[in-house]
Amino acid sequence: MGTGKLALAALAAAGAIGAVVLPASAAASVDELQKRLEAEARAGSAGFSGFSAQRGERFFKSAHGGDWSCATCHTENPVAPGKHAKTGKTIAPLAPGANPQRFTVAATVDKWFRRNCNDVLGRACTAQEKGDVLQYLASLR
Amino acid sequence: MKNTTTKRWMLDMAAWTLGVLAGIVLVTHEAAAGGKLSAPADDRWKAECGSCHLAYPPQLLPAQAWRRMMSQLDRHFGADASLDAADRAHIAAYLERNSASGRRVRASPESLRITEGAWFLHEHDEVAPATWKHPAVKSAANCAACHTRAEEGDFGERNIRIPR
Repeated sequence: MGTGKLALAALAAAGAIGAVVLPASAAASVDELQKRLEAEARAGSAGFSGFSAQRGERFFKSAHGGDWSCATCHTENPVAPGKHAKTGKTIAPLAPGANPQRFTVAATVDKWFRRNCNDVLGRACTAQEKGDVLQYLASLR
Repeated sequence: MKNTTTKRWMLDMAAWTLGVLAGIVLVTHEAAAGGKLSAPADDRWKAECGSCHLAYPPQLLPAQAWRRMMSQLDRHFGADASLDAADRAHIAAYLERNSASGRRVRASPESLRITEGAWFLHEHDEVAPATWKHPAVKSAANCAACHTRAEEGDFGERNIRIPR
């Protein structure tokens, strides 16, 4: 009995630790990601007035003065598979409507925005920019 | 007289057997060194290193080269391939643990490009210049264009199909 309780307590403790550790790689949805980006955008700018798929599309297809745009690898039609600009490796479709695995892990989303914004713009993207792009991608069928 | 002939014959046989055995050992060793590049599987290495290109086997570079590469992932051959600290440390340790030894270390490229190392160039010296420019190959870094089982770490001659 005593051992059983102890084991239960240990399990509960492990669960609690898991709950604390998990969020870094926790499952997410487009809606949850948008809520987080919206909170960030509001904190960064008082004039925040929502995300726009149209603005996101323009951002996605622009080279921003450099060699690459998002579309260089993800194509102008992100429901289709893309191709890495340097290695030629196939990239699975980016739009969640075509690839349900996209935008489901917050840490993965953060990692790729960090890398790709740096490659395309030479800086981090703002929450407004990320939210617009996500709005655009989520609108595609 | 007869005794000496038998002795010589036995010595010859022994030498011949030793020679054959040595040959077998050499051939197997070569096959292991050049063909199969299997390391214990690592999910994080496969997922992270394999998202933009083939996850190159750790045996293709010496530990100090991997260390240098993993310390500058934000400038990874013209792209940002940065990782969070935990993944970076885990993958760096895996690469170093399974890194190259022997002749691949001596032939390690200063540029950190596997395809510019003396060992790689030697292994590929029979490949025609036109093959490298073939649209299905595009780059020497595209192992799987010819090594059909490269994803499994199998670079054996038997599984090479050169696009024509």
